Amino acid sequence: MQINVTINDKLVTWDVKKDEFLVDTLRSHGLLSVKKACDTSCCGLCTVWLEDKPVLSCSILSLRIHGKKITTIEGVPKEAEEFARVLTAEGAEQCGFCSPGFIMNVLAMKNELLNPSEEEIIHYLTGNLCRCTGYMGQLRAVKTYLGVL
Amino acid sequence: MFTLLDLVQPDNLAEAYQILSDKRNNTILGGCTFLKMGSKRIGTAIDLSNLKLSYIKEQAGFIEIGAMTSLREIETHKRLMECFNGVLPKSVHNIIGVQFRNSVTVGASVYSKYGFSDLITTMLALNTEVELYKSGRMPLIDFLNKPKEKDILVRLWIKVDNRKAAYLNLRNSASDFSVLNVAVSKLEDQWTVVVGARPRRAAIATSASAALSKGELSIEEIEDAAKRAAEELSFGTNMRGTANYRRALCQVLVKRGIMEVLQCK
Repeated sequence: MQINVTINDKLVTWDVKKDEFLVDTLRSHGLLSVKKACDTSCCGLCTVWLEDKPVLSCSILSLRIHGKKITTIEGVPKEAEEFARVLTAEGAEQCGFCSPGFIMNVLAMKNELLNPSEEEIIHYLTGNLCRCTGYMGQLRAVKTYLGVL
Repeated sequence: MFTLLDLVQPDNLAEAYQILSDKRNNTILGGCTFLKMGSKRIGTAIDLSNLKLSYIKEQAGFIEIGAMTSLREIETHKRLMECFNGVLPKSVHNIIGVQFRNSVTVGASVYSKYGFSDLITTMLALNTEVELYKSGRMPLIDFLNKPKEKDILVRLWIKVDNRKAAYLNLRNSASDFSVLNVAVSKLEDQWTVVVGARPRRAAIATSASAALSKGELSIEEIEDAAKRAAEELSFGTNMRGTANYRRALCQVLVKRGIMEVLQCK
């Protein structure tokens, strides 16, 4: 079946299977920043924005996004690079596999919450798992990036 | 992973119900996060996204919540934060992560009668009704006790009253399912104690609720009611905790819930 969808501000028409999930559709079209990991909707690695809200692309059927707007990290290169530099400076990245999903959620939080407290930051990012860093470096980086030290 | 042969997005409820009734394996889609964990073979999947059922509004003394409303909308809705001491947003606050709650729908959580549901426990402690396309409007407790039959949950109605309420749970980790969850509410002298994730579906502790509803409460009477709740409900064992652990936990959480409600303004 065909869907028309705006991916990173570009309108595209894609053929998708009826039971195909968004993560697979995006990856099959070269958007490889969208990682496939837990497949049980709990790790946050596949995070993209659906109508500017962070969602798990492993749980969204591709047919349901017909006519909608999807943003991946490729669609926000400037903001992503800016935050990635802070992440690196804080030593908050090792293998980097979780970074695209994590960055998308941090940017979504920046758009949604004004001057979040440490508790609010931790709560907002609970759905992003990282098996390398132990989270403290990430928390430092997010606070630095948002200027809420 | 489930498989599906077709996916439709009907324009009205009558059409959706007709398709649902056509075949046994036709299924309504919610957020799909739980559905995808199983291996169900779905004939036609019915997506209600076109029916404008994603909303929360207040009218005629009720808060009306459309079936396609996400848990995140419940969590961040200003009016819901004010009502019943913000117990509804609190109950969904720790479910996995923001991305997950942006996808999961209220309708699927309630219609599926999940045992682990935090939302059902809380709604049961409030004056909640469900509206089904075929069976009409009925109290949530009647819906939960009703045998499963094919229908579409359209919206939920929560009576806005002066009820004070508290929600508590225990999780092994912040974003895991609850090992046990408890909601306690009080409207004038009428108390309602609900315990969920037992791991069976949420149930009202009727004896404990009745014991509390007798008037002024001493600490001994509160402890007695908490003990009653633990004794009158059944508990089971799963990977998150044993039945005995849950029973002990129930007594503690119910007592804390009652104390919290007594302090509510």
